[in-house]
Amino acid sequence: MAKITAGVATSHVPLIGVGIDQGKCDEPYFKPIFAGYDWTKEWIAKPENKPDVVILVYNDHASAFGQEIIPTFAIGCAEEFTSADEGWGPRPVPKIKNHSDLAWHIAENLILDEFDMTIINEMDVDHGLTVPLSAIFGQPDAWPALIVPIMINVVTYPIASGDRCFRLGQSIKRAVERFPSDLNVQIWGTGGMSHQLQGPRAGLINQKWDQTFLDDLTADPERLRQIPHIEYLREAGSEGIELVMWLVMLGALTNPKELHRHYHVPASNTALGHIVLENGK
Amino acid sequence: MERNNQDYKAAFGDIPGTLVFTAERARKGYWLNQFCMSLMKPENRKRWLANEQDYLRDWKITAEQKAALLARDYNQLLALGGNIYYLAKVFSTDGLSFVQAVSTMTGMTVEDYQAMMAAGGRSPDGVRSIKEGK
Repeated sequence: MAKITAGVATSHVPLIGVGIDQGKCDEPYFKPIFAGYDWTKEWIAKPENKPDVVILVYNDHASAFGQEIIPTFAIGCAEEFTSADEGWGPRPVPKIKNHSDLAWHIAENLILDEFDMTIINEMDVDHGLTVPLSAIFGQPDAWPALIVPIMINVVTYPIASGDRCFRLGQSIKRAVERFPSDLNVQIWGTGGMSHQLQGPRAGLINQKWDQTFLDDLTADPERLRQIPHIEYLREAGSEGIELVMWLVMLGALTNPKELHRHYHVPASNTALGHIVLENGK
Repeated sequence: MERNNQDYKAAFGDIPGTLVFTAERARKGYWLNQFCMSLMKPENRKRWLANEQDYLRDWKITAEQKAALLARDYNQLLALGGNIYYLAKVFSTDGLSFVQAVSTMTGMTVEDYQAMMAAGGRSPDGVRSIKEGK
């Protein structure tokens, strides 16, 4: 039986990718950004922690999807995906290989569980998916885990509520536990934390709100799932809404225990947050 | 969670200096945003940079949107239905980073904006709500 063993959340700021791709990790601006991932790199390299599959929850930033098709929830089922050209050329990262059997199994189970997923068989994946992989796995020749991409629309409103995202996570957990092979599965939530990339209010950062959000991933998940969109927008900035994707991860965990936390301001326009949660019982 | 769409959207208008990408904006900016998507292909970026006005002729974009694009007036582009992740294709083609492009919307120089970010970013105090002034 497949089992979700851990949840990992991280911001997916494009600049993290730039730092890695251009070999700038040791520069003073980048050093504190990357230092917070050292613990995770060591942890995930241990055989007992190394995932066979990562279910990676992210949002497409107008790369695979334009305005012509806007799926609220989508799942990538193809065998592999390549890095998207977002206007500055594709990031030089290995192909992303899927566990298609598990992806289709999750898709079927989610739909039967009344989550009407859009199934994606062809797409390129942008920084939302590739930056977390680089931040945690570095620059290997091939990614050390298979990746099931789950996409959440957080661009065109209305987007799914935080509670709906949490319940999607619960449904993913049930689907994974019904998969017959023994697999170590992690679920990653990406994006956030507070940031705003638009308008005169751009540059907004709310460290207090972010830290409470990090605390409550273990202390009070029930509060987090009830946060309305307007609170994210007011308190964490217009792009802070990406944090609903962390709730998909959270919903897939049971009594999570915090193993590691990293928080740093700024990474580009963003408050960078990263947390590792062990799945409890 | 607000389930009345009218109330849900009305609250968005109360956030200072912020334009939430609602269906109304998405409809208004449809071709503007789709034009941005075309810049994901290197051959299109080359054509666009070689002659912007000529490139825009193929697109159903309003004169107002075209003028804002040529001027790289990102606040105006947002008001005309553009979305920042789409507009990112335009400023990436210009070789600008997110920080450089985003700072142009704040009325600050890029140096002042970077200094603000390095000092912890813009405080939410006073810019949460227009109505409540907090």
